[in-house]
Amino acid sequence: MATRLETLQAAPASGRRRLRTLAIVPALNEAEQIAEVIAELRDAEPDAEVVVVDDGSTDTTAAEARRAGAHVIRLPFNLGIGGAVQTGFKYAVEHGFEIAFQLDADGQHDPHELEAVIGPVARGEADIVIGSRFLGLGQYAAPRGRRLAMAVFARVVSIIVRQPLSDTSSSFRAMNRRALRLFAHEYPHGYLETVEATVMASKYGLRLKEVPVHMRQRMFGSSSLTIPLASFYAFKVIVAMFISLFRRRDFHLEENP
Amino acid sequence: MTVRISLVAAGAALVLLAVIFELIRSRRLQERYALLWLLTGTVIFVLAVWRGALAAFADAVGIHYPPSALFIVASAFILVVLLHYSTVISELSEKNTTLAQRLALLEKRLEDKMPEADGGRE
Repeated sequence: MATRLETLQAAPASGRRRLRTLAIVPALNEAEQIAEVIAELRDAEPDAEVVVVDDGSTDTTAAEARRAGAHVIRLPFNLGIGGAVQTGFKYAVEHGFEIAFQLDADGQHDPHELEAVIGPVARGEADIVIGSRFLGLGQYAAPRGRRLAMAVFARVVSIIVRQPLSDTSSSFRAMNRRALRLFAHEYPHGYLETVEATVMASKYGLRLKEVPVHMRQRMFGSSSLTIPLASFYAFKVIVAMFISLFRRRDFHLEENP
Repeated sequence: MTVRISLVAAGAALVLLAVIFELIRSRRLQERYALLWLLTGTVIFVLAVWRGALAAFADAVGIHYPPSALFIVASAFILVVLLHYSTVISELSEKNTTLAQRLALLEKRLEDKMPEADGGRE
């Protein structure tokens, strides 16, 4: 199934982490700042390779990202955040990466906090590490409605996965190959995919861990979510979580050669 | 119940069956998707013509006016057809996503092998 490409550069012999690490940056019309985000990322994590998944941008996002030294995968049309990130997971699995982390292209995720997010995965303490905005580091400013929705998701997910989680809608997360293989096989579509993905991962027995991160204010643009759309997705996620409780597990986590 | 309503219902069912037949014949509709429609048309036709069966059914489920029962049966079949199409659309959309991802990943491999190949998009 998955073949490793010979042409890929080998993991650096020196450096903090010898595990091949991939940064997955989903992007939709981020030409303005994508180069800056990549530059900052490469500066903070020089050992990581960067793949930008261009989810059908109509601007020069792909060209800017390529110029900044990232691998670029261009989807032929917009798939939505879930489908775009999953493309990155598939890339990671097929190219033999051992760790991958997700970083938003809008500058909200501070690459200097990556050490905290990647660390536990690299040390084998967890399969997925979620960078939480609500564990005391900094102030996360968001409209009241959104904060309420996030709190509800966190509460519901905590009950389902039987583990206290404070920020299930955070996309600032790192994972190992076990988790990557599962998500490459199956991943929720649309917005708030991380909430469903968290439940899914837990049902498959993957170990989750949260670490506190400081979230920056969005450097560029504004949220693409409108209130009716957000409500729709919130409702969809609740229904999806409920149904996922009754879903069969049809994927084997272990890699059989 | 008048004979007229039976004739109208039977006529409508026949038109439906004829249209479905023509769509299949001209290959605009695959048989596997047409089967439910054919069944729907046939059931409506049979109940419209065989008034004894319709009356018995209406009586069994407590509908006083048999033509209403015909309406209910037709609606039920249409709901099943719609639900079936929702599953077909879901499956297509899933496959569409997978294909788009596959295509993008392969295109990336091609670009890595031949840097000049950028899919002609730049």
